[in-house]
Amino acid sequence: MKFQLIGVNHKTAPVEVRERLAIPESRLAEACRRLVAHPGIAEGMILSTCNRVELLCNTRNGVAADLRGFLRSYFRLDCDELEGHLYEYREQEAVRHLFRVAASLDSMVVGEPQILGQVKEAYATARAVGAVQAQLDQLVTRAFAVAKRVRSETAVGSSSVSVASVAVELAKKIFGNLHGKHVFLVGAGKMSELAARHLLAHGCESIFVANRTYERAVSLAYKFKGQAIHFEDLHNTCDRADIVITSTGAPHAIFRKEHGELFLARRRNRPMFFIDIAVPRDVDPAMNKLDGIFVYDIDDLQQAVASHAADRKKEAERAEAIVTAEVERFQARLQTLDVVPTIVSLQDHLETIRQAEIDRVRGRLGQLTPDQEMAVESLTRGIVNKIMHTPISTLKSAARDPESTTVIDLVRRLFNLQEKRAKSGSSGDGK
Amino acid sequence: MALLWLRVALCLYGVGLLYALVALTRTSDLLSRIALHAAYLGMVFHLVSLTEGVLLADHISQAMAHNSESLLAFFVMAVFMITYLVYKTTSPGIIVFPFVFLLTFLAATRQQPFVLMSPGMRTSWLVVHIALIFTGYAALILSFCASLLYLIQQHSLKSKRANGILGRLPALEEIDQIGYRSLLLGFPFMTLGLVAGSVVAENVYGRVDFQDPKILLSLLMWAVYLLMVYTRWIAGWRGRRAAVLASVAFAAAVVAWAANYFSSIHRFVAS
Repeated sequence: MKFQLIGVNHKTAPVEVRERLAIPESRLAEACRRLVAHPGIAEGMILSTCNRVELLCNTRNGVAADLRGFLRSYFRLDCDELEGHLYEYREQEAVRHLFRVAASLDSMVVGEPQILGQVKEAYATARAVGAVQAQLDQLVTRAFAVAKRVRSETAVGSSSVSVASVAVELAKKIFGNLHGKHVFLVGAGKMSELAARHLLAHGCESIFVANRTYERAVSLAYKFKGQAIHFEDLHNTCDRADIVITSTGAPHAIFRKEHGELFLARRRNRPMFFIDIAVPRDVDPAMNKLDGIFVYDIDDLQQAVASHAADRKKEAERAEAIVTAEVERFQARLQTLDVVPTIVSLQDHLETIRQAEIDRVRGRLGQLTPDQEMAVESLTRGIVNKIMHTPISTLKSAARDPESTTVIDLVRRLFNLQEKRAKSGSSGDGK
Repeated sequence: MALLWLRVALCLYGVGLLYALVALTRTSDLLSRIALHAAYLGMVFHLVSLTEGVLLADHISQAMAHNSESLLAFFVMAVFMITYLVYKTTSPGIIVFPFVFLLTFLAATRQQPFVLMSPGMRTSWLVVHIALIFTGYAALILSFCASLLYLIQQHSLKSKRANGILGRLPALEEIDQIGYRSLLLGFPFMTLGLVAGSVVAENVYGRVDFQDPKILLSLLMWAVYLLMVYTRWIAGWRGRRAAVLASVAFAAAVVAWAANYFSSIHRFVAS
């Protein structure tokens, strides 16, 4: 079994690169299907959030797969320009990375809780199309457990300085007091809704909601006691808001410089704050050049967040220790899950019996001719192989099954392989 | 003695100057508190110095004319303190402290051009004129500071790096409020001050000499002032454009002040 992970995140790649690799939710299932159809890949899942795009695979026969090749063909991209941004992990390192991501240790805001939900969604999508089966399933569910443990045993997640609260802080830097300010929520998404909720909690007066589907806007507006706006009226009403949070899945910017100029004219130059959580970005970066308009995209928020990161460094270190321990535990568990050591020890076991029996009867048989010697040899071998055939094929097929542990345990117990198991386990560690 | 007190005040304002210089590179909570207290104390000595000047003079208007730099510095400090009390920010001090220090320094080294006054000038109108104009000046200086701070804050928000003093500036809209309010408050003072000045001129000379550089510059300054209020009122100008206007108004004010050296009227000499 061979885990392999490739991807980009907010640390290795700027938003310009990430937005080109981002896979919208609607196309994620199809992408998973294509991933597992790629040569050498047995199982796979794709995590695409605004901060990271990662492919996690279980490769066939333990041979490394050409994941770069997949990226190249799927995005029709030249991998050379990506090369500096990509990271790739195998085996234990891939496991560690997944654990860290799920536990929010690799997040822009360490400890923010959204990432776990995003991993869960990615997992559900991949599982639904059959891209995730036995082994990846075990890995990912283990990652959820690790995340839960980190959350409950460390303070990494508490008083989470999320993007939302950073957005509030920035808004306060611009507007001072948020009382009487209006918020416009364009598009939906957990992070943007959270930001809106934070802003309202800090005194913002009212909220407008626009969404491609009007019904969604209405339900969101109802939730926030705000006002739903038709998406076509977006640019006509937007100037009424002081703070605009956008997170649509639009492939191109929906707010451009000319819109900014229009807003400023209508607002008589009162400042406006755009929080662009979307990847690809919804707000043209050129907007930031206008006097009185402040645009923060997801990367800028990260920078603002960086100052808070130090506070939680200590807790993060404890969390890292948990992850390290969990990676080791998982690796150990993998060894027991792995059918190969069991098969080897089963073969060893039967071979020992065969040898012992031959030695025992050799005295009674007297001197044998080389031909007779050969015949005994092949006879005993044949019997052993025939006996072993069914258990081994059962074990091999069990490896693809989530219930493999039961079968392995059963085989071990039937043939009394306990001691050898520990031995093979330790030799596995040494590999 | 008045000069001595003024020099003590100057030393105390020097602490403020130090704060302003340090603030350019990093923030220090302690230094900002020390600077603030030094400024309080400086103002007390400053007031003592001004009062003594009034007591020594024959007429209050004479004292005001004699100590004009010192008086303006005091007014600017007073406006700064009011801002501090309302907005709880010492940020305008970055610009106010050096400016006040310079003015007080000029006063403390006795570089004033006003030497004599004709007895006819000793009117209450002159007192009103100076008091109003100086209040207007002080407000103008503060709004100039605010527009510079606005630019700095806007730049730091746009470049997305908020650290050092930039991380500690008041919110953008608050700076804007400080600037706008001092603009609105200062403008009537300035206007009425100019009116009072022309009353004085009418009384003393029987006419207002529009050829006089001081008067021309004062009118120019007033016109820019008016333009600032207008563009802000109508179009909500702020940020870069407002800062340009504020700089022009400030430059005009400085030149108008310096014109004391060239103007025949403001020499207050009985010719």
